Amino acid sequence: MSPRSSAIERLASPRPRPVEVLAWLLPALAFFLVPDNLALGVSIMTYAVAVLALDLVLGYAGIVSLGHAAFFGVGAYTAGLLAVQGWKEPLTGLLLAGAVSLALGFLASFLVVRGKDLTRLMVTLAIGLVVYELANRLSSVTGGMDGLSGFEIGPIFGVFSFDLYGRTAWWYVYGVLILVFVLLRLVVSSPFGLSLRAIREGVSRMPALGASVDQRLRIAFTLSAGVTGIAGGLLAQTTQFVGIDSLSVGRSADFLVMLVLGGTGRLYGALIGTTVFMIAHDYLADMNPVYWEFWMGLLLMAVVLFARGGIVGAGRRLLQTVKTKFARAAP
Amino acid sequence: MRADTSILSADAGIALSTERLTKVWGSFIANSDIDFRLPVGARHALIGPNGAGKTTFINMLTGVLAPTSGRVFIGGEDVTADRQERRVRKGIARTFQINNLFPGLTVLDSVLLAILERKNLAESWFRPLKSHVAEIEEAMDLITDLGLEAQAGVEVKTLAYGKQRLMEIALALASRPRILLLDEPAAGIPAGESSEVFSVIARLPSDVSILFIEHDMDLVRRFSQRITVLVGGKVLTEGAPDEIMADPRVREVYLGESAHG
Repeated sequence: MSPRSSAIERLASPRPRPVEVLAWLLPALAFFLVPDNLALGVSIMTYAVAVLALDLVLGYAGIVSLGHAAFFGVGAYTAGLLAVQGWKEPLTGLLLAGAVSLALGFLASFLVVRGKDLTRLMVTLAIGLVVYELANRLSSVTGGMDGLSGFEIGPIFGVFSFDLYGRTAWWYVYGVLILVFVLLRLVVSSPFGLSLRAIREGVSRMPALGASVDQRLRIAFTLSAGVTGIAGGLLAQTTQFVGIDSLSVGRSADFLVMLVLGGTGRLYGALIGTTVFMIAHDYLADMNPVYWEFWMGLLLMAVVLFARGGIVGAGRRLLQTVKTKFARAAP
Repeated sequence: MRADTSILSADAGIALSTERLTKVWGSFIANSDIDFRLPVGARHALIGPNGAGKTTFINMLTGVLAPTSGRVFIGGEDVTADRQERRVRKGIARTFQINNLFPGLTVLDSVLLAILERKNLAESWFRPLKSHVAEIEEAMDLITDLGLEAQAGVEVKTLAYGKQRLMEIALALASRPRILLLDEPAAGIPAGESSEVFSVIARLPSDVSILFIEHDMDLVRRFSQRITVLVGGKVLTEGAPDEIMADPRVREVYLGESAHG
């Protein structure tokens, strides 16, 4: 291949490769092979939606956010409160959850783009704290520390009712995850996505190309907040419970850890990081419910110190090494 | 009447000009009352010892720095209040003395982005990058023009330093400027290889007006039609290369400088 065509080949593309289609069949395989642990699958895929959204702002646009649980929790409360008020249709409920978080993200984005690295991090943290305390104070609406419970969600498309085993919930979340992934894949392989990466790589050059950086970052942050809200909505609808910890800074930190574990700026890192985190959590908490974070901390340390680019980054390098070895071995 | 028309016609041929442009930080006067005119199609060098205020001047022309007083005009239009990105859209582009690139993007990604920005396509998200065939072609042509074709798919940070300097120029050219400001385009490149950079500049269309900062007097003599000498934030003198090289004040400033350095 000429350098010209191989360079064009390397441009970001939304078109899935065959191996990706196969990879997306893996969860479906898990559905049939491990049918007694569907709840774990549902929560992995729910959080994966949120972590994908975080990857857009952190991995692509380079904004570290410690406040994404605010959008997650607001989405969860929106979906939960709608159901409490009798709005039981899940799809519109989910869209409204996303819309409310999107609106909140839009307002927050004006604050976030002001200032740089540390200021930005503190602003996102502050947004998280403010929203948490508001929810805590408004306990007559949110249920405060007790959370929101005792609501029911209607059947999807008016046909598929949520069942006790979580089968419907599983396919529902799987479907939403695929839609969200396709949407974000389109965004990151568009000119807009390229310009976000450029902002991450060299923000000071952007004005010299005639680009207004702040507006791009606001759009990315708003979109990310909306998608995170959808994740929160999924959590509320599939567990029929919203706890105040869904808004906590600890939850924001979990999202960050999941993303960094998997690798930032490649979408698949978000999926793999969330899966590893949730399975490790499940397994370690089973062994010792108190000290699981100790092992998670060790794992995180190992990844950030020795596996640049997270699990996906390390895997890619490994694959590259094997490939060149084979290329050398074969004449 | 005749005087008026001659001023008007002269104005029409001015790509970029400044009026008493001044930048002061505390008690330090970086630029003082600079009146400057860059005619359309000019090849104009800005020289002066380190700390003379050359980069400050370029930064005020492009809108990176706001002047303390004075005004900047592009083609007769006052752009002093315009931010950097608006001036770019009015036809001014620049390179940076210290590489200001996108290290983790490929050469093609970077140049393509600059073209998409020029065409106001960089905010669209519903059409994949790969479907912008015309822009990709243009980017590859520009990359080929600068001799970077073999590295088109490579991350900018892995390029040799000289090639990164060419990327500085590629990004500026991608915005198809009418006015091009080059801040020491060959800075840090071994003397023997710097003519590669300047041969690129020499091939640019003649209606592009160029102002460049350069320390190598040999390159300045070869590529400029006019020279402005900046010393201590003030214009010491301006003229054709031969006049400037023969000027005893310039020789003093420069030979003094190189004797110290």
